[in-house]
Amino acid sequence: MTDEPLLRVRSVSKFYGNRIGCEDISFDLWPGEVLAVVGESGSGKTTLLNCLSTRLMPTSGSVAYRMRDNAFHDLYRMSEAERRMLMRTDWGFVHQNPADGLRMTVSAGANVGERLMAVGDRHYGRIRAAATDWLGRVEIAEDRIDDQPRAFSGGMRQRLQIARNLVTGPRLVFMDEPTGGLDVSVQARLLDLLRGLVHELGLSAIVVTHDLAVARLLSHRMIVMKDGHVVESGLTDRVLDDPQAPYTQLLVSSILQV
Amino acid sequence: MYVAVKGGEAAIRNAHRLLADRRRGDRSVPALTLEQIAGQLSLAVDRVMAEGSLYDTGLAALAVKQARGDMIEAIFLLRAYRTTLPRFGYTRPVDTAAMRVERRVSATYKDLPGGQLLGPTFDYTHRLLDPELAEDQDPAVPEARAADDEAMPRVSDILAHEGLIEEDGSLPEDREPGDITREPPEFPMQRDLRLQALSRGDEGFLLALGYSTQRGFGRNHPFAGEIRIGAVEVEIDVPELDFPVTLGRIRVTECQMVNQFKGSMKVPPQFTRGYGLVFGQSERKAMAMALCDRALRAAELGEDITAPAQDEEFVISHCDNVQATGFVEHLKLPHYVDFQAELGLVRQMRREYEERRRAGDEATTSREAAE
Amino acid sequence: MNAPSDTIAQYNFAYLDEQTKRMIRRAILKAIAIPGYQVPFASREMPMPYGWGTGGVQVTASIIGPDDVLKVIDQGADDTTNAVSIRAFFQKVAHVAVTTHTADATIVQTRHRIPEEPLKEGQVLVYQVPIPEPLRFLEPRETETRKMHALEEYGLMHVKLYEDIAQHGHIATTFAYPVKVEGRYVMDPSPTPKFDNPKMHMSRALQLFGAGREKRIYAVPPHTRVESLDFEDHPFEVQRFDEPCALCGGMDVYLDEVILDDQGGRMFVCSDTDHCEERRDAGHRGHLAGEDGPPSSISEGGTQ
Repeated sequence: MTDEPLLRVRSVSKFYGNRIGCEDISFDLWPGEVLAVVGESGSGKTTLLNCLSTRLMPTSGSVAYRMRDNAFHDLYRMSEAERRMLMRTDWGFVHQNPADGLRMTVSAGANVGERLMAVGDRHYGRIRAAATDWLGRVEIAEDRIDDQPRAFSGGMRQRLQIARNLVTGPRLVFMDEPTGGLDVSVQARLLDLLRGLVHELGLSAIVVTHDLAVARLLSHRMIVMKDGHVVESGLTDRVLDDPQAPYTQLLVSSILQV
Repeated sequence: MYVAVKGGEAAIRNAHRLLADRRRGDRSVPALTLEQIAGQLSLAVDRVMAEGSLYDTGLAALAVKQARGDMIEAIFLLRAYRTTLPRFGYTRPVDTAAMRVERRVSATYKDLPGGQLLGPTFDYTHRLLDPELAEDQDPAVPEARAADDEAMPRVSDILAHEGLIEEDGSLPEDREPGDITREPPEFPMQRDLRLQALSRGDEGFLLALGYSTQRGFGRNHPFAGEIRIGAVEVEIDVPELDFPVTLGRIRVTECQMVNQFKGSMKVPPQFTRGYGLVFGQSERKAMAMALCDRALRAAELGEDITAPAQDEEFVISHCDNVQATGFVEHLKLPHYVDFQAELGLVRQMRREYEERRRAGDEATTSREAAE
Repeated sequence: MNAPSDTIAQYNFAYLDEQTKRMIRRAILKAIAIPGYQVPFASREMPMPYGWGTGGVQVTASIIGPDDVLKVIDQGADDTTNAVSIRAFFQKVAHVAVTTHTADATIVQTRHRIPEEPLKEGQVLVYQVPIPEPLRFLEPRETETRKMHALEEYGLMHVKLYEDIAQHGHIATTFAYPVKVEGRYVMDPSPTPKFDNPKMHMSRALQLFGAGREKRIYAVPPHTRVESLDFEDHPFEVQRFDEPCALCGGMDVYLDEVILDDQGGRMFVCSDTDHCEERRDAGHRGHLAGEDGPPSSISEGGTQ
């Protein structure tokens, strides 16, 4: 265990013309830590996630990531090749809509195996064994391995997307509303599964959600955003049980009343 | 002994003799002259020049004759000839404001400086077959009036005075206009290269794409600001002289679409433009080109790219009919080596399928026997 | 307007003007310097349709000299119509010597086959390529595929092979089988049957690939590694035929299936006509070749 963070975010801002996407965001993410970013739609949380995961270039600011050699690298100064390599090995990205993160017309096995093949695994049997193992871990029956995700339910697709991301043993996973669009009962099962996997693998994760229950269940720490700014941050239990900022108080009370 | 069919030189020679015979048709009927084709099928000749991208009515008429009236074949003939010509230099941009106008219409202004001029148009003809044309009858001589020297400014220049319409696009300082016949295409592509590709793109393909934008697939709210047809001078700079030299006149059709635009972060609300310019007289092509040009500017103007007509790689890669016809028709060429490979594979997979089925049947039978 | 053909008459040696040849030679040199990399070039319209060998013809026209000896094959045969037509074109515009003997040729232009006889040092094999991009049917966008090559992101290629095995138990690609050149670029060998892939590996001849419509040239220099993509536990395999050529008795050659009647009668003969003739000249006989006359009945001679 090291006493240095995995990700150092400093003054990240993104403007769309004159409009603020997010402004002056700074925090550290520690190994094994799950950070929730909550806020209403339009609060800038998805913009922030896209900046952090380099899917979007920020207007200003820096994000340093501690690579496996323990050296920090500025994400925005990396070459595209390095960034893409990072994205398919050491990182994961779980989209709200599984169709955005899966190849819908290739089998579940190939979906999970793709990252292994991308980093040079050339043994069919081993790739298939890894895919079988991961399907099991996300509770997809082994005999579905040759089916395409088109034939899967929403919950299964989302679990497949998670398996596809975790097969290379990433250290950091970004999640964008991972339980959005799912039925409540399916949500609960997925959250359970995610919590188990994150804990078991010691993953760091940044989870964007508008759902405080998701934040409560998954995250250690949380950031509350409004109009592109952070209005409050702290340990999840503290923020939810004893919100300081008026906006957070409003958010928490409105949820509890429902 | 078995001898494979030889598709030899004799067969090719004979096929081409037959082709020449069919091209000539009934020998008791006089052969078409190039003058007749250039004079009486002039819009066919214009299309061949436009998509063959070579302005030469005589050669285009020859191509139409040689191709038995197959337009794409004629275009191909002209292109294949054009590519062998040496490149002496690049002319100055033609000045369409100084055009000797034969037709000029605007859908956006009832009247405008220079006036509306219908010219030789199919518009407002009733599309009734004319039996008189089956005979060799001379039509009435058209009315003529002396040319007045009233200037005929382009509609885009009229609107530009108010700043309500974007200006003529200009290239960045360090950029010379490209040449799609001399450089391989690269995407994303600059507008100068796109316009070149569209100008010699297939009329039917661009027409369908332009039409699709009107039906909501990449809608861009067009008005036909102006269509003008006429002769423009082609000038070239010669290093030894301090004035441009006129090479001659060509007839072109120009279309300026004026498109509504709500503005973006960078640009205030104003009218934008789609541009079409084609050799010869071809309003349909020039209008379709202008619609496509505007649709392809989606990225530049910050619009969402949702429709085929807005997709640069899709439109530009597939608009050339010489390329398209070659590749579609190459399916006629023998493919039996690859087909043999596929045949072998299908036979193998069939065998495996039957084996699996038999194994399944046996398993079922033995289970039934055991029960 | 009178006889415009007067103005058309003169063409340069090998049809293309020297400027164009220089441009194409530069592209070829670059392609040789970066084996397997697709070099964009300003392909010209040729007097044959796009898709009918314009890329190969431009490459050949740019490298051919008056002393060259040209062989043109299509489907392995010298006498298929398109091969005849292209050969006649070069006879007309370059007045070069032509041959059907692989060994005698300095340049072999081909569509869909590699000659059975191993090529020698100093020979050039020019391939006609319809779609040069091996990733095209997985990713239609040029902007994206160029990036994938640049970053060596070839995982998707193996996804396709994985799917084949998962579905059929084996790789189900039979032609245009993708290869990796010198350990770096994934390359489309043009639609040759995968049977021919091993011939590309460490070939002593220079291999040039021209795609006219798609405006790309690529190359495999002599003595270069060319490996067909596969899995360790599902290694690349070539097609095998159950019987020898019916005419020359040749084994380990690629065969064409010839339908003899509508009763399922068929025979298999060499796709490489020159190879077949040379073997017969050397005294080899297949079961339908006969000693010195036709067999009594051809239709009985189908596959067993």
